[in-house]
Amino acid sequence: MTADVVTLLPEVVLALGAVLGLLVGSFLPPGREAPVRWVGIAAAVATIVVALVGPVGASAFGGTYTVDVATTTVRVLVAGAVAVTLVLAGDPGAGGASNGTILASNARTAPLTQRAGRSRTAFAVLVQLSGVGAMVLGGASDLLLLAAAVLLAGLPLAALAGLARDGRAAEAALKYFLSSALFGLVLLTGVTVLLGLTGARAYAALGRVVPPVAGAVALLLVLVGLLMTLGGVPAHFWVPDAVDGTHPVTGAVLTTTAKLGGLVAVWRLLVAVPTATVPWPLLVAVLGVGSMTLGNLAAFAQTSLRRLLAYSTVSQVGYLLVPVAAAARSPLALPALLGYLAAYATTNLAVFAVLAARPHALEIADQRGLARRHPLLAVALAVGLLGLVGTPPTVVFAGKLAGFTAAVDGGMTWLAVVAILNSIASLFYYLRWIAPVFSTGDPVLRDPVAPRARVVAVVLAAASVVGGVLVAFVR
Amino acid sequence: MLTALWLAPLVVAAVLAAVPAARREVVLGAWLVLTVAEVVGAGFVWTAVPRAGGFASEVAAPWIPAFGVGYHLGADGFSAPLVAMTAVVFLAVALGSLRRPDVEDPARTRAFVLLFLALEAVGIGVFLALDLVLFFVFFDLSIVLMYFVIAGWGSGARTRSALQFFLYTFLGSLVMLLGFLVLAVGARDHGGITFDIPTLAARNPLAGQGVTGALALAAIGIGLAIKTPVWPVHTWLPPAHTDAPAAGSAVLAAVLLKMGTYGFVRIAMPLLPGPWRSAALVFVVLGVVSVLWGALVALAQRDLKRMVAYTSITHLGYVVLAVGAAGFVAAGPEARILAVTGATVQMVSHGLITAALFLLTGVLRRRGGTSEIAAWSGLAGPMPRFSWTFALAAFASLGLPGLSGFVGEFSLLAGSLPAVPVWTVLAALGLALTAALFLRALQAMLLGDRHLPARAERPPVPRAGLARFRAPGSPDLRVAETTAVGLLLACSLAVGVAPALLTTTIAPAAAQVVALVSR
Repeated sequence: MTADVVTLLPEVVLALGAVLGLLVGSFLPPGREAPVRWVGIAAAVATIVVALVGPVGASAFGGTYTVDVATTTVRVLVAGAVAVTLVLAGDPGAGGASNGTILASNARTAPLTQRAGRSRTAFAVLVQLSGVGAMVLGGASDLLLLAAAVLLAGLPLAALAGLARDGRAAEAALKYFLSSALFGLVLLTGVTVLLGLTGARAYAALGRVVPPVAGAVALLLVLVGLLMTLGGVPAHFWVPDAVDGTHPVTGAVLTTTAKLGGLVAVWRLLVAVPTATVPWPLLVAVLGVGSMTLGNLAAFAQTSLRRLLAYSTVSQVGYLLVPVAAAARSPLALPALLGYLAAYATTNLAVFAVLAARPHALEIADQRGLARRHPLLAVALAVGLLGLVGTPPTVVFAGKLAGFTAAVDGGMTWLAVVAILNSIASLFYYLRWIAPVFSTGDPVLRDPVAPRARVVAVVLAAASVVGGVLVAFVR
Repeated sequence: MLTALWLAPLVVAAVLAAVPAARREVVLGAWLVLTVAEVVGAGFVWTAVPRAGGFASEVAAPWIPAFGVGYHLGADGFSAPLVAMTAVVFLAVALGSLRRPDVEDPARTRAFVLLFLALEAVGIGVFLALDLVLFFVFFDLSIVLMYFVIAGWGSGARTRSALQFFLYTFLGSLVMLLGFLVLAVGARDHGGITFDIPTLAARNPLAGQGVTGALALAAIGIGLAIKTPVWPVHTWLPPAHTDAPAAGSAVLAAVLLKMGTYGFVRIAMPLLPGPWRSAALVFVVLGVVSVLWGALVALAQRDLKRMVAYTSITHLGYVVLAVGAAGFVAAGPEARILAVTGATVQMVSHGLITAALFLLTGVLRRRGGTSEIAAWSGLAGPMPRFSWTFALAAFASLGLPGLSGFVGEFSLLAGSLPAVPVWTVLAALGLALTAALFLRALQAMLLGDRHLPARAERPPVPRAGLARFRAPGSPDLRVAETTAVGLLLACSLAVGVAPALLTTTIAPAAAQVVALVSR
């Protein structure tokens, strides 16, 4: 038992950080809750350290939880994302206090403290709890633990989406909550059927799934349930509304942390199932193609940057599913998946940080002349967006290259072709954003820039380039 | 050594970017010094290329070992001349861009210089890369950087042209990447996945896999053809050239287009010899169609810049014809080596001459605001330096003996003749068309009654103080502009007078490629 807890130490540390933050926060006057964020950041950093020095190759609680390279990667990435979002949350207006002047007209009338309550404490705690859920998702090798982890990762996000307490936020939260309830049920149904078929909770028993049709249907249900957590087709409906209705920092959390754990969960579940019983590589490939294509097509016409980015994250789920689809047949798939996850987390957070730096300019038209007023921010944005396309030498390029190589290696060249065509299509809407940024016209807004978000954006964009160059030293 | 060569512009760029509010003179001066240093460095690399074939100053290190990606650089008879050409073109571009509009914001000048420094780095890097992924990285970055050059400093419908350029060539580069992936994974059964070009050339991974090989060549061929550009995927080129700034056009034509043709001799031919031999006639036909199509459409242009853009399609069509002809084993090695050597000379020559032509067109745009042929006439009187250099560049471009264009076109046509006589004769018609269109332009613009756009007639308003004495009243070339164009034309003349300078370096590499294709 003690050994089990030691194996789970990173999760424990982050959860303790959340509890401690809750305690500290309740003794602080509303509106002056910075120490809660610092507790959270410290816990996240400690989690990274513990995850890196901890044992790899262990399993805990009778095999329900596996710690391997994938788990460690998820732990480090999730904790890193939590730390970054908590830093971002320090900017005025971010961190759940409100969408404030951006969105809600009624927000201007109410005094800040009354309206916000202890929302900054809540924000920090919820981010950490969702992070714990994402980490458990990444390590779960047991059907029931998987179901619990999906709830743990998802429910805090619903609360997070509604923190701002205005109309848009309520809509976002409700939409997220309802779809997570629906797809959670789908997931549980699938889990139940699988339990019934195999008579065991452990993934190891999935090899025994006897009647292929029932097994395939159940697996599909579980997959669809997980896709809700990931925000991928066919469970992507919440993404644009939730991201568009919340502050960019919240949007960053919604589209990053749970996704990191969820993809590894999908991979871990599927590789346990023999492809002879269920042809899941094809299934995942089709779902992936659906995500990337639908996400891209929907992003084309957006004028709201948050919606555009939301759809871009949907398409990114599609690319992330490419190495998962190849996982059965290519040994390159796992490093490709983990590499792409790291790349995605860095780049996606960088772009959201650029948005968070100017939370008043959330339409494409507001971006005109950004390069003249804030050249560093503009360059960070260009690096981030072109990075999401997969332009070298950014990390996403390395991730996409690895993923496509794995697909070709796994005999799914057609999937690589579709993914490449989608990457080209995605360039179009990213350029719709980049073009006004570097246009020579006078800036639209002379607004203040959130200092932390600017630093984070520039640092992450630089990291995405340096990481792309130094990718050799990662593993 | 090679790492320093491509990294140096980036280091200078980083330093310039770090200096806050750098003065314009400092930025431009640093740029000029760097480009001179690059020319010297490229010269050293050239002299180090072994005369017996093979790579000089190779650098190899693992980059992403799990996926067989390496950092591998080397210079051989194909790379060294192209690197040298790139360095010279960038020096000329730097010289030609020294005079900035007085109203330009220094921060914008700096951004312009930073972009060109980065372009020089990727331009040199792409010709040195011996790893498919590394090649792709440079290839793709050149597109991104050129997008910003066109969108940021262009004219006319620049946003549209830049977007079209980006989407079109990005499509090409990603399709090419797909071909690379098939090649790399094809090497799996021959000792592991690898993206290393010499290793793949030695292994010939897709030998005997007819369909896979053909598809890989189709993917790589389409990617390179879009960049070259070959008819019918050339449609991005004219708008991009027309709306790009002169310096951008010069680099686009001289360096970026060469990435396509260089890819044929560096990657497509040695790595996919079997499919190349089977598809050789396709490349020959596409090359000849490009030659004639480009020349005929150029003949119909009213804008000088657009006309020069179309002649690029003609000139690089010859290159595609020659590399296609090199796939006909029956023609014998001597002729095929001559064809490949001629093709490489043509790449260098086109880079030098077209860069000069675009810089000259840029002068017209700066002086008179237009590069319409009809807007200018009788220039020989008011603009003697422009007229001399323009005439020389035009003659070089149409293949006058004694200049580099003749060397390239003559040897590649002579080399292609045994393999594909009928097509070669058809392509030779392009020479006559090119001559006609350039002579027509020369006649219309240099001779006849003096007629300049009103803006060019009016001497620039003298500035206050000492600057008044420097403000010239003539619209002719300034010293820096003359030096820039003169440098390019001097190189062209040197190649034309002493072609052995170039061919002795290229021939061993050409012989190697021809031997690899014959496998």
